[in-house]
Amino acid sequence: MAIDQSTGSRPARAAFYNDPKVRSFAYQFILCAVVLLLVYGAATNAIDHLRQAHIASGFGFWNTTAGFDISQTLIDYSAQGSTYGRAFWVGLLNTLLVAGLGIVFATILGFIVGISRLSKNWLLAKVAGGYVETIRNIPLLLQLLFWYNAVLKGLPDIRDSFAPGAGIYINNRGLFLPKPLFEDGFGWVELAAVAGILASIAFHIWARKRQERTGQVAPVVFVTLALVIGLPLAVLLIAGMPVHFESPQAGRFNITGGVEVLPEFAALLFGLTVYTAAFIAEVVRAGILAVSRGQVEAAYSLGLKPRPTLRLIVVPQAMRVIIPPLTSQYLNLTKNSTLAVAIGYPDLVQVFTGTVLNQTGQAVEVVAITMLVYLTISLVTSFLMNIYNRRMALVER
Amino acid sequence: MTMSEADLAVAEMHFVQKAPIAPQPPPARMTGALGWVRANLLSSPFNIVLTILIAVLLAWAIPELLRFLILDAVWSGTDRDACREVVQQREIGACWPFVWERLPYFIYGSYPIPQRWRVDVFFVMLAVGVFWLLWLNAPRRDLGVIYSFVVLPIASFVLLHGFAAIGLPVVDTVLWGGVLVTLVVASVGIVVSLPLGIVLALGRRSHMPTVRLFSTIFIEFVRGVPLITVLFMASVMLPLFVPERFEPDKLLRALVGIALFASAYMAEVVRAGLQAVPKGQYEGAMALGLGYAPMTRLIILPQALRVTIPNIVNTYIGLFKDTTLVFIVGIFDLLRTIEVARIDPKWATPVTSTTGYAVAAIFYLVFCYAMSRYARATEARLAKSDNR
Repeated sequence: MAIDQSTGSRPARAAFYNDPKVRSFAYQFILCAVVLLLVYGAATNAIDHLRQAHIASGFGFWNTTAGFDISQTLIDYSAQGSTYGRAFWVGLLNTLLVAGLGIVFATILGFIVGISRLSKNWLLAKVAGGYVETIRNIPLLLQLLFWYNAVLKGLPDIRDSFAPGAGIYINNRGLFLPKPLFEDGFGWVELAAVAGILASIAFHIWARKRQERTGQVAPVVFVTLALVIGLPLAVLLIAGMPVHFESPQAGRFNITGGVEVLPEFAALLFGLTVYTAAFIAEVVRAGILAVSRGQVEAAYSLGLKPRPTLRLIVVPQAMRVIIPPLTSQYLNLTKNSTLAVAIGYPDLVQVFTGTVLNQTGQAVEVVAITMLVYLTISLVTSFLMNIYNRRMALVER
Repeated sequence: MTMSEADLAVAEMHFVQKAPIAPQPPPARMTGALGWVRANLLSSPFNIVLTILIAVLLAWAIPELLRFLILDAVWSGTDRDACREVVQQREIGACWPFVWERLPYFIYGSYPIPQRWRVDVFFVMLAVGVFWLLWLNAPRRDLGVIYSFVVLPIASFVLLHGFAAIGLPVVDTVLWGGVLVTLVVASVGIVVSLPLGIVLALGRRSHMPTVRLFSTIFIEFVRGVPLITVLFMASVMLPLFVPERFEPDKLLRALVGIALFASAYMAEVVRAGLQAVPKGQYEGAMALGLGYAPMTRLIILPQALRVTIPNIVNTYIGLFKDTTLVFIVGIFDLLRTIEVARIDPKWATPVTSTTGYAVAAIFYLVFCYAMSRYARATEARLAKSDNR
């Protein structure tokens, strides 16, 4: 192909609107303008509507008396004496309580089921697989409604309470347990517990250093158990048992005294645990399968027995794969705990986005605060996750 | 470390075999049914205990389930008396006549009875779209995409909502309910979330800083908050943000919430697929002189979407289950119709709730399980074609 060089002129310049820089700038300018316009339009409309409906704006409601009761409060709260702000904290603590306990139980159940699915025992593997496939494919809301309306509301009423003894009552109003009441000397027991935990951490560090230096293995598990459980127990006995239990008293229409576990709480905790455990089981299974067979075979050929192989070779490598998706399951559980609103457990959404929103009508502020709480939890978790990932990433040459 | 001679002598002694070893017994049977049972159920004392425990559990659970669903179930009747133990003088399982009577309500909600053929036509059209897209050997699948993503939404809206000009009376969305609403919410979520998710994913990988910023903020914000708060925002705040004459109806608000929520999750799934496309593909496309739009449409997206199909379907499963949450903002989806029906005094018995929930569970289980089988089959098919 011959190139025409006779003219000697420079190649024709592209028109300015075909310049990538100009185009990029134009696109971004249009996008910003549209977003700003939308935000401006939404804001002016919202202000108009709120003014027409005579709804106050701003966060003044935070210090106004709430005037409604909450069925489960971890901190002091009363309808007449507490503010909306206090109600917010009550709801947040209830959310954190159910999410925290749910995470613990779901992790335990999820690991058991996940490992069971890989078991050599055919029956166990099939049952675990059936559990995962069934639970994962039914909406959580349906499961919660089932546990609450069909199972817990179907329990006998107060007069025919199921009483397995030891001051425990189970009926359709909840689970009633004896309440421990602490007397004067109990401070020593708490002190002993703290000391035991600190001592066991110190022992752990010392044992690890010694093992690295000399290869001798210290009985860490037994010493830890002795320090954390044995020491406070011993102090408890020496101090002469400064604790007694207040049993719930079953009356005709009500049960007084003791600790009451609401059926709403029980249903939510149980539902969240069962549901999330199915997902955690899949995460665990994938993590264990991700450790290549060669690792196990190499461990066996070094003479390690199955249990040390699992503990020293498979689990540490599997955890690297398991932890990130596990964290997102924990976040999912926390977010799913908002379904409490369907069965009436007073979590953040039920108390704040439900009752407070209805009473004040300040939708924008209330929804914004609620979203901010969950957003903070999410962002903090993913921030910690990134740090963890950086530490755990394989160091490659 | 050196070994002394005494050590060596001891070592030598240990390695010498003086007498022949007695022959070992033949190994336990490893083949046949017995061998299978031995290897898979009774391989160690711990496994034997486990097997027995699970067998006991199953021996209790399966007959109990059969008893409730079939053996002790009530199959015919006209009101609650048919399903009450006090009246029938026997143990009662599921109360099926309650479901038979309420089935039209579970499917159509309060949709006017003479107009229900329109819902049936919608179900058929939806099924045609689904099969056209999922059946790999279907003719003209490109037309199937247009049908499902363009023709179907418009036709369904005209059909279900009504259009007075062509003689279809308008049916207000307040009357919609049951399976109809569940499928409408799920399909709108599915149809909107894929294109919007692709746009957001491309935006998040764009070279333009503001585009990237807005996409990232939107995705991270929506993924960081629970769906309920998004639905609350859509149902409480959306009417505040638009002028009064455009005030969206309740169902539309929930649809907006679900669609935006699903899009953010879809965006992350698509982004993972985009990241899996090798850099050379971009460079090759640019070397051929393709601009951004043709490159994305012809080179990048086909490859990225192909590997993400299983994850897209998994997102759809999550979306399908999440549609139940519209219940909380007062939309009559399947779960809500069951909640309403089960407390109806005409059928109030101790077993009514469980029966209703069992119906809902079977419905969701069938749909979600089918989707997850499809995702897994696709995954296997892709793995096979990658391992040529």
